[in-house]
Amino acid sequence: MREELIISGRMNPNIDPVLHIWHWQIPLYLFLGGLAAGVLFFAALYTILGRGKELKGAVQYAPFVAPVALVLGLFALFLDLKHQLYFWRLYTTIKLQSPMSWGAWTLLAITPLSFIWAALNIRIIFPNWDWRFRWLKDFEAFCRKHIIKISWVILVLSVILGIYTGILFSAFNARPLWNTSILGPLFLTSGLSTGAAVIILFSKSHKERLLFSRIDLVLIIVEIFFIVHMFMGFLASTQVQIDAASLFLGGPFTAQFWIFVVFLGLLLPAVLEALELAKFKIPAVIPATLVLFGGIMFRFIIANAGQVSRWLY
Amino acid sequence: MRYAMAVDTKKCVGCSDCVVACQAENNVPHGYAREWVVELVEGSYPNLEMELRSERCNHCDNAPCVRCCPTGASHIVEGGIVLVEHNKCIGCGACITSCPYDARYSHPEGYVDKCTFCEHLVKEGEDPACVAVCPTKCLYFGDLDDPRSEVSKVIKNRKYKTLIPEAGTDPQIFFLT
Ligand code: SF4
Ligand code: SF4
Repeated sequence: MREELIISGRMNPNIDPVLHIWHWQIPLYLFLGGLAAGVLFFAALYTILGRGKELKGAVQYAPFVAPVALVLGLFALFLDLKHQLYFWRLYTTIKLQSPMSWGAWTLLAITPLSFIWAALNIRIIFPNWDWRFRWLKDFEAFCRKHIIKISWVILVLSVILGIYTGILFSAFNARPLWNTSILGPLFLTSGLSTGAAVIILFSKSHKERLLFSRIDLVLIIVEIFFIVHMFMGFLASTQVQIDAASLFLGGPFTAQFWIFVVFLGLLLPAVLEALELAKFKIPAVIPATLVLFGGIMFRFIIANAGQVSRWLY
Repeated sequence: MRYAMAVDTKKCVGCSDCVVACQAENNVPHGYAREWVVELVEGSYPNLEMELRSERCNHCDNAPCVRCCPTGASHIVEGGIVLVEHNKCIGCGACITSCPYDARYSHPEGYVDKCTFCEHLVKEGEDPACVAVCPTKCLYFGDLDDPRSEVSKVIKNRKYKTLIPEAGTDPQIFFLT
């Protein structure tokens, strides 16, 4: 039998025997970023469509989650940095070839907008809220006047943010599992789906919940379609990508991926949502929670498996 | 100018002197390595073949680690040497993930570190520490654009390979076979 034995003298921490430089912070950051992108996307979309009054969950309640998710996500990203005192260096340059760079800039733009959106809806929580200062009141009036323009900006930025969470991975040629351009649209769809799930959790109207169950069902079907395509692409590609796919097809990540992501995170909520639309009584909380769980597992598994997949020994 | 290195896998005995010289010259912290020796045994018993390779950053011409760096800390200087500017690096780990050779590591002080081709010595016209110390003289260093440099000559006369050229990074370390 032909054999190959490789012994490397290198034993760098977190690099050998397999790369493990990104721990829980990056996948959590990507999950929260995608979720905020999804929530803001729907809020902006339905404001532009002029349905803000009727879809209160999507346009008014759920967007309170976005600034919290973005700040927590940015904090997770900060924890991932190993040279934290130099954090500000991210914002002294723009490198278009580096997703990390333009992603950081996108976050810098969308985070304040998410705070403004929440501030405009503050009277839902505190009905007698008063901004006290003249200029704040003027600013509020200004934002209300230009709400459609602001919505368009948020809509575009949220799509960029959602795609970025996938491109951050797919830009790495060195990790064959990540090196597929489908990760961009796949993460965007998954982010929108988790956003829809948050809206379902926050909505008080049955009609609105049904609408978002329908949207979520479509998004889940698109996601499954992308995942099938991802595997087809891998299996028809080079040996390293075939090896990468086999991490999920018999390899060490098989059980977690198919059980947590595909079954519990996609198929089961899709079936429950379909039953709900067929007028069975299903508490909307269950599929929504499953979607959120699947979204977070998906990012953790892709982050970990990607670091295991490699070109060399 | 294009600095490059050739490693004679037929002459290398795997003594790891280059590794130690690098650690001493560059103050590499204990337990970390900027370069390393790989021992590869192939074949079916009893017909086995062994190859010894002294490996390090390939100072790639098409370096993904430089492209993905969000701050510009990873950059390329004269002669194609890929360097990290420590007080620009935020330690995000993107470059470590982007290198198909896993040639970078996270320094305990937070920034990312890797082989510099001993740029501080090369600038002064000296050889990198690993090249200078090798007892079998199996490492060659020099300017590829200069046909009279040692590395150009040895590449002209010998068969060689690079590691995973299919990763598309255009590596500049040549392994003589
Ligand atoms: S070997 Fe790795 S660290 Fe060195 S230049 Fe190439 S990609 Fe960058
Ligand atoms: S760890 Fe440092 S050198 Fe590497 S990509 Fe991040 S900022 Fe650049």
